[in-house]
Parts: sequence; C-alpha cells; structure tokens
Amino acid sequence: MNLELIVFLILAAAANVSAVLMITRKNPVTSALYLVFNFFIIAILYLFLRAQFIAVIQITVYAGAIMVLFLFVIMLLNLGEDKLLKWKLNSTRTIASILGLVLLAEIAYYVMNFTSNSGLSPQSESMGTVESIGKVLYASYLFPFEITSILLLAAVVGAIFLAKRKLEQ
Amino acid sequence: MVPLGYYIGLSAILFTIGVVGVLTLRNAIVIFMSVELMLNSVNLALIAFSAYSGNPAGQILVFFSIAVAAAESAVGLAIIIALFRNKLTVNIDEVNVLKW
Repeated sequence: MNLELIVFLILAAAANVSAVLMITRKNPVTSALYLVFNFFIIAILYLFLRAQFIAVIQITVYAGAIMVLFLFVIMLLNLGEDKLLKWKLNSTRTIASILGLVLLAEIAYYVMNFTSNSGLSPQSESMGTVESIGKVLYASYLFPFEITSILLLAAVVGAIFLAKRKLEQ
Repeated sequence: MVPLGYYIGLSAILFTIGVVGVLTLRNAIVIFMSVELMLNSVNLALIAFSAYSGNPAGQILVFFSIAVAAAESAVGLAIIIALFRNKLTVNIDEVNVLKW
C-alpha cells in the first residue's frame, strides 16, 4: 500500500463523512459549509488525477461563486429557529433510504467489473494544464464554448426576472 | 497508484448520498445542495475516466458541466426565492398545489 493510496482513502473517507453530515444537519448554513469542505476535497482529488485547471475551476466557481450564492439566499430568507426543519424518520424517508442503498448496490455491482489495474495514462501528465485544455477548447470545442455564453446570459436574465419583486406589489 | 475503480466507487457513494438527500430532506435549499453533490460526483467520475484513458474530452465536458451548474444554481435559487415570497416557507411538504 503506497502513500498515494493511503492519502486517497483518507480524502475519500473525509468526502463521504462531510456529505453525510451535509444531508443530516438541521441548519442549512452548516450544511452549506460541509458542502464547501466536500468541494475542496474533490478539488484535491482532481489534482491527484492531474486535472489542475479543473481543480482551480472547481474551487473558484463551485466553492467560491455557487456556494456564496447559496449562503446569500439562506441569509436572504433568514429562516428563524422555529423554521429550521428537523430531519424526522417516517415511512417515506425509510423507503427512500432503502431505495438509496439498492441504488448503491446496483452501481457497486458494475463498479466491481472494473478489474483493469492500469495506472494513469501517460498523456494525462500534460493533459490538465491550462495550455492543453485551452488548445482543445478553442480548436475542437469552440462552438459549444460560444453557446455557453448564451446559456449564461439566459440564466442571468431568468434569475433576475424570477427573483425581482412584481411591480404592482 | 490508485486503481480507477476506487474513484468510480467514491463517485457512486457520493451520488447515492445525494440521491438519499434529495429523497429524504424537506428544506428546498438543502435539496438543491444535494443536487450539486450529485453533479460533483459525476464530474469526478468523468475526470477519472479522462485521466485513465488519456482523452481530454472528459475534462472539457466537466468544464461545460460546471458552467451549466452555475447557470442552474442561479435560476434554481431565484425560483426558491420566488417560492419563499409566495408561500413564506421552503418546506417542500407544504408546497403541494400540484399534488393530485
């Protein structure tokens, strides 16, 4: 058992623990902070896989922008102590948890078939840098990249339209 | 060296935690966070396949997936704000107008 595998197992355990804590906390702010922790661990795993650019994007866009948006909305809604929703076990949630375990078993059955023990591909060493991602992105995937700008514009307009107060109120 | 199956297994566990969160939670904001967790687990699987096969297309797909997730969370949180303004709650059990 080498050092990389030990570090991976520690990070994987931390990711799972933070994810479980995220869905079991009562206060949404605590959940959001556990999710930020989880995103940082996934960013470290991206570095393990030599995807430096995606790791930086993960931290700036996910842990930075998206989670700040979440925290801002939680603050804006200002849920009081009485509005916090406690996690109660009832029949629906028991069935949902059992179905979750069934889903995990189904996925695990297929993951067991990954018997290949080859390591990282030799090309992967230089694949995740900004330079090589940019070369692929602006050569082969230029059209989808430009379409993304329209998507983001639509999201901005939609978010403002949905969140603004109606004029007659 | 970490085998590919370990990354896929971690991705599967994180995805399942996200699914259980969506099915069991009642706070709309935390349900939305669970969806983000599921998106992240799939991104991890994509990056792992990309690195082990030496094909950069997986990383490009994750780049677009993160862009779509940013747009999706902006619109989704705006919907939650509109919901809270009309119903004064984020409890999805109380939002049952369309329930048959």
